[in-house]
Amino acid sequence: MLKIADKTFKSRLFTGTGKFSSATEMEKALLASESELVTVALKRVDLKDNEDDILIHLNHSHINLLPNTSGVRNAKEAIFAAQMARESLETNWIKLEIHPDPKYLMPDPIETLKATEELAKLGFIVLPYIHADPVLCKRLEDAGTSAVMPLGSPIGSNKGLKTIDFLEIIISQSNVPVIIDAGIGAPSDAAKAMEIGADAVLVNTAIAVSQHPEQMARAFKIAVEAGRMAFEAKLGSVNLHAVASSPLTSFLDD
Amino acid sequence: MTNFTDLFESCNWNETSKSIYAKTSVDVERALNSSQRTLEDFKALISPAAAPYLEQMAQISQQLTLKRFGKAIQMYVPLYLSNECNNICTYCGFSYDNKVRRKTLSPIEIMQEVAVIKDMGYDHVLLVTGEANQTVHTEYFKKVLELIKPHFSHISMEVQPLDTEDYKELTPYGLNTVLVYQETYHQDDYKKHHPKGKKSNFQYRLETPDRLGQAGIHKMGLGVLIGLEDWRTDSFFTAMHLNYLEKRYWQSKYSISFPRLRPYSGGLEPKVVMNDKELVQLICAYRLFNEEVELSISTRESIVFRNNIVKLGVTSISAGSKTNPGGYAVEPQSLEQFEISDERNAKEIAQMISSQGYEPVWKDWDVSLTKN
Repeated sequence: MLKIADKTFKSRLFTGTGKFSSATEMEKALLASESELVTVALKRVDLKDNEDDILIHLNHSHINLLPNTSGVRNAKEAIFAAQMARESLETNWIKLEIHPDPKYLMPDPIETLKATEELAKLGFIVLPYIHADPVLCKRLEDAGTSAVMPLGSPIGSNKGLKTIDFLEIIISQSNVPVIIDAGIGAPSDAAKAMEIGADAVLVNTAIAVSQHPEQMARAFKIAVEAGRMAFEAKLGSVNLHAVASSPLTSFLDD
Repeated sequence: MTNFTDLFESCNWNETSKSIYAKTSVDVERALNSSQRTLEDFKALISPAAAPYLEQMAQISQQLTLKRFGKAIQMYVPLYLSNECNNICTYCGFSYDNKVRRKTLSPIEIMQEVAVIKDMGYDHVLLVTGEANQTVHTEYFKKVLELIKPHFSHISMEVQPLDTEDYKELTPYGLNTVLVYQETYHQDDYKKHHPKGKKSNFQYRLETPDRLGQAGIHKMGLGVLIGLEDWRTDSFFTAMHLNYLEKRYWQSKYSISFPRLRPYSGGLEPKVVMNDKELVQLICAYRLFNEEVELSISTRESIVFRNNIVKLGVTSISAGSKTNPGGYAVEPQSLEQFEISDERNAKEIAQMISSQGYEPVWKDWDVSLTKN
């Protein structure tokens, strides 16, 4: 089972709450996904209001909330937002999203590292959204991160695993869970991510924007399970050539 | 430091206009099939040659908007603070030479208006004024922001252009977004429509988005008043301005509005009329050109038009708007800046949005996220 910090997860599919046509539609899809970790943007929920529409629809015992800091532009703003979330949502888990660039929503590595360091010291379980940068992942480990969330391609782009070569390096050398976070556009992308050894994936746009979100959520659930099962069963290696003869070394057997 | 004026002056209005009207179906098809669309593609998409491709444009626009913004439409409402104005603008109900009673809301009156707006369900507000620098100035704005900040998650302003330092000063008070419309990029025509007052300074207005970017404002809104000049050429300059700003002030967000000239008592007849088909073409062209820009539609447009535009590329909508200071509670009968067209209230618009399979979003920001 997947373990992040002190929590274990049966499902390796994490989900988001944005872009759905209604809170009811969102709830149906999230239940179908069987996801146990659901990220929610602090800017979208009303923390002063106990009757917030999004939060009400997430009120299920198997769903853990993962508040995210989407909208902040630097470490200072992110730390403040995390503290606000801890106070109102009663969780010390935080998905750190610092993207000063509102066009492509690219994460800022410098501010993210700074904020992770600070938040880990303050007792937060930090899950930072980052570029697929292997060195940054190691630096985040040193800073006390609980997982890393590298992107597959630009957030919301549905372009799939464009960064696969770097994701493979990250997975091979990581000491914390690797969750592939952005750009996963189809269940086949999610399966691929799991096949290469990711610990989990986070999917939002591809489910929310689908014509049938509930059905798509189920498709992702199955794909993630299949991909994980394949990873654990060990995939056969890919051979470009037939291996029947050994023209270079056959003389050794003569 | 260079600014947009340098780029703007390298373009000639008449030649730009000619090049738009010279676009052919070949250019339109190239633009439609391209994955990274350029300003030349934008010209093709707003040209008369693109008219037969409207349905195709709408389909792409819908897909791109869904991908980026999801099935969500943001709700906002204007709060007119003042109709005092020292400018003469030929198209505006608040023009200095228009004999109306002038009013600037007091703190008590502002809170009366806020109470009604909050009751309508709003959490994002747009503050609007004329330009009266003696009474409605940075200090006044600070007081208003301080007063209303606890009641709204997101505050925008559509007031006179200010200096960079003013914008910097207002940000910690909760200012998030500033809208400054150029009205027209046709310099001679601009002078005709703005003969008197500070607004007659074309260049100061043209460089306002640069000042906003330098001040680090989160989001800025661009647009022209459609009806003053050839809308295609004016929209091209808007797109060019957007392109320039995005590259230079990469930490700011952008939105575009496309207000069509509306009647007001004693007002100006549009020089160029844009029909509904053309407005849809323009909205889709903006979306095809820029997948991330927010597109906003106001109550200037008709019920039928607004019902159908929700799915075609726009991302924010106002409803139940009053365009006179005190219009919600204090003085509902006073003279409006312009007549709105869609008079349905916020609840009715929210229902209309839901019935189309979209979610009306009331809150998508939190002032506490901005700790400057």
